[in-house]
Amino acid sequence: MSHDHDHTAPPADIELRVKALESLLTEKGLIDPSALDELVDTYENRIGPRNGALVVAKAWADPEYKKRLLEDGTAAIAELGYSGVQGEDMVVVENTPTIHNMTVCTLCSCYPWPTLGLPPVWYKSAPYRSKVVIDPRGVLAEFGVSVPDSKEVRVWDSSAELRYLVLPERPAGTEGWSEEKLADLVTRDSMIGTGFPKSPSEIQ
Amino acid sequence: MNGVHDLGGMHGLGPIAPPAQEPVFAHEWERRAFAMFVPLFGAGCFNVDEFRHAIERMTPTHYLEGSYYEHWLHAFETLLVEKGYMGPNELDDYIAKFKEKM
Repeated sequence: MSHDHDHTAPPADIELRVKALESLLTEKGLIDPSALDELVDTYENRIGPRNGALVVAKAWADPEYKKRLLEDGTAAIAELGYSGVQGEDMVVVENTPTIHNMTVCTLCSCYPWPTLGLPPVWYKSAPYRSKVVIDPRGVLAEFGVSVPDSKEVRVWDSSAELRYLVLPERPAGTEGWSEEKLADLVTRDSMIGTGFPKSPSEIQ
Repeated sequence: MNGVHDLGGMHGLGPIAPPAQEPVFAHEWERRAFAMFVPLFGAGCFNVDEFRHAIERMTPTHYLEGSYYEHWLHAFETLLVEKGYMGPNELDDYIAKFKEKM
């Protein structure tokens, strides 16, 4: 990353501080290191944007599901089992030929963990949070994509409770595809609104 | 609170520079800091609003310069001291002893 300040190289004392805090809180009986291991494994290896991709693919393939998803995102996503912390109140916003949606948390880092996993660093960082609400098209350019001027861009700022998921447009040339195969087209960024699904030629 | 965390609409905070790929956690300490949240929250040491507020009370320079999980570390320390789970100097004293053992 080309930041002036390198966020990936913390001073050694932070490493030591976290280690000491874990040890101190373990002695106090407030935490259990093996439970921490389990949590890390869950969020590093088991919960990620593939969940959201399967939600999107199902909405593309099943008009009744899509209707439910747009009416009550939380319940429709729960049908696939992706509920829990940071996904308690989900709103799904649909991209159309005339509307492109983007999501942000300007105040902190709110993000739908059960469907997308933990947020990328750029989503939680000052440049994205400050800029996307005043210059969403400029942000899209930084991601190397653009939407036509004729399309309205809507930016959704998460509140303390609500989490948004973008339902991207289904790519052309995917008629008759299975949900599994459709899900391969769905990128994390396409569900944040900073990107688009892959085209069929990219995965074939 | 209209603090430095209220970043929406500010100019000049630099490029987003999204990397093509990035790991879920960049360092082992980030894994541990992330995971500590759940049991501390579960034990009732703080709620989510208190946690956010502790981050929002960081000094603006520390907030803008610190990485994401540094914010979390700051919130843990602030709230655990304020709520009496540890003394104001307890972690620093513990670290001093920790260093002697290393």
